[in-house]
Amino acid sequence: MSASVLYDRREFMTCAAGGLCFLMAAPARTKAVHSAMKTDQLVEARYYEKLPNRKIKCLLCPRTCVIDDLERGYCGVRENRDGIYYTLVYGKPCTLHIDPIEKKPLFHFLPGSEALSIATAGCNVFCKFCQNWEISQSRPEQLPSLDLAPAKLVALTREKKCPVIAFTYNEPVVFTEYMYDIAEKARGVGVHTAMISNGYIQAKPLKDLCRVLSAVKIDLKAFSERFYKELVSGQLQPVLDSLILLKQEKIWFEIVYLVIPGQNDDPHELSSLCKWIYKELGPGVPLHFTRFYPQYRLTNVPATPLQTLQKARQIAQDAGLQFVYSGNVPGDPGENTYCSKCSELLIKRMGYAIAENRIKTGQCPKCRTPIPGVWK
Amino acid sequence: MSISRRDFIKDHAALAVGATLTPLALQDLFAAPALTARVVQANLPSAKSGAEADHVLRALDRGMEALLQMPGKEAWAEIVSPRDIVGLKVSCLAGKYFSTHSSLVQAIITRLVSIGLKPGQIIIWDRLNMDLQGAGFTLNQNPQQALCYGNDAAGYSQALYEYQSACSRLSRIVTDHCTAIINLPVLKDHGIVGISAGLKNFFGAIDNPNKYHDSCGDPYVADVNMIPALRSKVRLTICDAITAQYEGGPPFMRQWNWPMRSLLLAKDMVALDRICWTIIENKRSENNLPTLRDAGRYPSYIHTAALRGLGTDDLQKIEVIDV
Repeated sequence: MSASVLYDRREFMTCAAGGLCFLMAAPARTKAVHSAMKTDQLVEARYYEKLPNRKIKCLLCPRTCVIDDLERGYCGVRENRDGIYYTLVYGKPCTLHIDPIEKKPLFHFLPGSEALSIATAGCNVFCKFCQNWEISQSRPEQLPSLDLAPAKLVALTREKKCPVIAFTYNEPVVFTEYMYDIAEKARGVGVHTAMISNGYIQAKPLKDLCRVLSAVKIDLKAFSERFYKELVSGQLQPVLDSLILLKQEKIWFEIVYLVIPGQNDDPHELSSLCKWIYKELGPGVPLHFTRFYPQYRLTNVPATPLQTLQKARQIAQDAGLQFVYSGNVPGDPGENTYCSKCSELLIKRMGYAIAENRIKTGQCPKCRTPIPGVWK
Repeated sequence: MSISRRDFIKDHAALAVGATLTPLALQDLFAAPALTARVVQANLPSAKSGAEADHVLRALDRGMEALLQMPGKEAWAEIVSPRDIVGLKVSCLAGKYFSTHSSLVQAIITRLVSIGLKPGQIIIWDRLNMDLQGAGFTLNQNPQQALCYGNDAAGYSQALYEYQSACSRLSRIVTDHCTAIINLPVLKDHGIVGISAGLKNFFGAIDNPNKYHDSCGDPYVADVNMIPALRSKVRLTICDAITAQYEGGPPFMRQWNWPMRSLLLAKDMVALDRICWTIIENKRSENNLPTLRDAGRYPSYIHTAALRGLGTDDLQKIEVIDV
């Protein structure tokens, strides 16, 4: 593994093909991080309460881990030391890339822009199909990392002329303090920020984040508690609650649904999902059905057939959703954005690249229908 | 004077049968003669404090002889060969007041060297260098002495190791450095999984123990121990109960810590954990604390481990010898 970046073959090919190779800035030097970090070098976690006998209760995500002294939460990156809870990954990203925003994917948020993308170790769920498990399921001491305080990261982003910072690859909720501080500083200098998340977070920290973030993408992994229990080690309902909260907070957000054959591709489940989105979130929320490839612990399941994705899109469109996309299928017409009223082609995409963007001032150039999103 | 294996067994047969049995197991043992596992409780003499090296060594010797039913050197030779690289998996999370005692580790090293291992064939290890140092061990990579380092120094396997609910990367100390492992846990209450003894100690051999605390660690603790690359190397468990803790674990909590002054030895880790569980429950009862079931942390993973075939948790089939 590289000292500063994690490449898998697909990611490397993607970056190389797009001329978007790894970025390493001079101020950020690589070094290994160990949990032997002295306590006075750590940042105290937010969102927890102290309990008797040096225990704490984490209030960041729905797990609400009760953690004994010297132990860590489920995420593996937050540690109780003598009754005080610390984040072990503040200012310690293990991955740093410049990606097109379409890779997140965010299709209605500054199309064609580059996002300086960072991750740390850790995750608050345990998906059997995780494509970034080598970082998300690692502890900080297992990964080399950078030393990059929020101000440095924001300065680096401006230096590289990236309009967006994306918190991605692992689950950014687990480094919420770092994310918040970056987003706050970035907002002050006109840099956007986007959280690419599983939505497994408590209301209070999510509300706080909504004040400083520009956009959110939520991985809705299924529409059944069974799936969440068996394949995610989590629960569905808190994610639905997060989506509703995002709607209430009026922050831009999009939803990704990774379609896994035999696991979450039942037409009835997809129909229920789409009806729920329509009813609770509205027809204008972009929904991305992405193609699954065998990964991690789910290597015995085949890749998603294209017909399944097409059927999922049709179900969503039949339910009244206006912006439904196919993902991980380069060249598929389902990657494009069409006007919800006149069906005019608005944005033509080729993989993560924008071939054509015809949206003017947030409207369809033909019928002037407003297209929901953040366009500049 | 040397004694043969046959003489030893003959002389000690009465000990094995009529040894002082812990009260909790006595009636069960008489009710069920078909014993399949043996747990030895080797006691240190009373002392004001500490784990004096000579007392520990003598308790270890008595324990090994009772467990293997043969003289000390032969007993150790049953466990490891002079060609083995032996990992001593200590438990250091709780720091200097409540970790595997260095005197126990030193006693084991002494006996391993006595059967032909070189010090450099012995690795004292746990999760982190920091933990080892905090417990009083000196990090060492010089093969003139027993080696000592953590998983963070050794790294983890690239490969994933899976067994049912468990999917982890193993410490390279397990996969690459050792050919045999002696497990040296501490006996303690555990705030999530009920008790921490032999089986739980191997959460220190994987990279993601934080993922396995749901459902009181059941079935995760059992499944981690079922991973063949780990299971095939574990030869013996010696639980350090010189001091033990019946509430407030895994960190050290002085008010619930007591000087049990024993070592618990077994080849069957499930049987050992079953006995440890009973010890903790009895101590909790003495101190008017609720049972682990009532406390919401029933250590059902021990029974799951038995169901998986790791050993027996049936008290009627566990012979407990007190020496």
